[in-house]
Amino acid sequence: MADTAPDHSLPAYARSLGIRVERIENDLPVLTVEFGPNVEGRPGAFHGGATAGLLENAGYAALRTVLLSEGREPVLKPINITVQYLSAGKQKPTFALGRITRLGRRNANISVEAWQDDRDRPIATAIMNILMA
Amino acid sequence: MSETPTPAPPAFDPAEAGKFFFQHGHSGWLGLRYTDHADNWVELELPWREDLLGEPHSSVLASGPIVSLMDMASGMAIWQTAKTFVPIATLDLRVDYQRPARERASVFGRVECYRTTRSAAFVRGVAHDGDPEDPVAHVAGVFMTIAADPRSKDKPGSKRDG
Repeated sequence: MADTAPDHSLPAYARSLGIRVERIENDLPVLTVEFGPNVEGRPGAFHGGATAGLLENAGYAALRTVLLSEGREPVLKPINITVQYLSAGKQKPTFALGRITRLGRRNANISVEAWQDDRDRPIATAIMNILMA
Repeated sequence: MSETPTPAPPAFDPAEAGKFFFQHGHSGWLGLRYTDHADNWVELELPWREDLLGEPHSSVLASGPIVSLMDMASGMAIWQTAKTFVPIATLDLRVDYQRPARERASVFGRVECYRTTRSAAFVRGVAHDGDPEDPVAHVAGVFMTIAADPRSKDKPGSKRDG
C-alpha cells in the first residue's frame, strides 16, 4: 500500500484552493492549506467557508482512504456537514484530519478537526454524514 | 460627537457591499455575485466553474464552495437585517444537502436572518440552482456579534432586537 496519497487524488476544488496532503498519520491523510488571498475572509483571517472546505476535504480524504483499504470504491454523496468555529484562522497554514466515527455499509459518520500551531487547540471542527452508493 | 474609526456607511446596501466584498479574498476567488435581497434576506450567486468541481467524473460543483456561498450570504443577511455593518463571527453552520446541483449550473444561496439578540444572530436559508422551491441544500447557522472596540464610546445604534 502506498504510504503517501498523491495530491491529484484530491478534487479539482481542493487543488484549486491550494489544499494538499501534508503527511500520512496512522494511515490517514493530514491536509493543509497555506494562508493567502484565496482563503482570506476578514482581512488577515481565514474565511469560514475556506476553513469548511478544508474540513470537508479532510473528511472525504479520510473516508476514501479507509474505503480503499477495504477494497471499496463507492460513489460518495454528502448528506450534511456541521461546522463549529472555535477561533479565527490566522495568517499561517491550517491543517485538518478526519476520523471515521462509524463506517457502515451505506453511511459513514466522520468527525474532523482543523488546527494551526497547536494541535490541542483546534480552530474549527466538523461532523459529517456521507452516504455511499 | 466623536469620530468612529470605521468607514462603514450608515445603511447597509447588499448590492453595493457585494461590489466591494467580491473583489477580494475568498469570495472574490469564488466569483460570488449579488443577485437579490429583501428586508431580512440576501441572495448571492456562485457561478459554475471547472476548477470548483468536487468529483473527478462529474460536472457538479463541490459542496465546499456552497458552504462558502452560504456563509457569505448569511453574513450579508445579518447586515441587511441590522441595516448596518457589524463585525460578526460564524459560531456554527450546518448544511443539509438534498441533491447535487445540475451540471454546469450556478448555485444561488438565499439566506434570511430570522432572529437577532444582543450578541447572536440566527440564520436559515436554501441553496438552489434556479428554482428556490426545489433546493439543492438547506442551511442553518448561528453568528456572534464581535464586541465593538471599548475605546469608542459613541456606538451607533447598530442592533435592533426583536
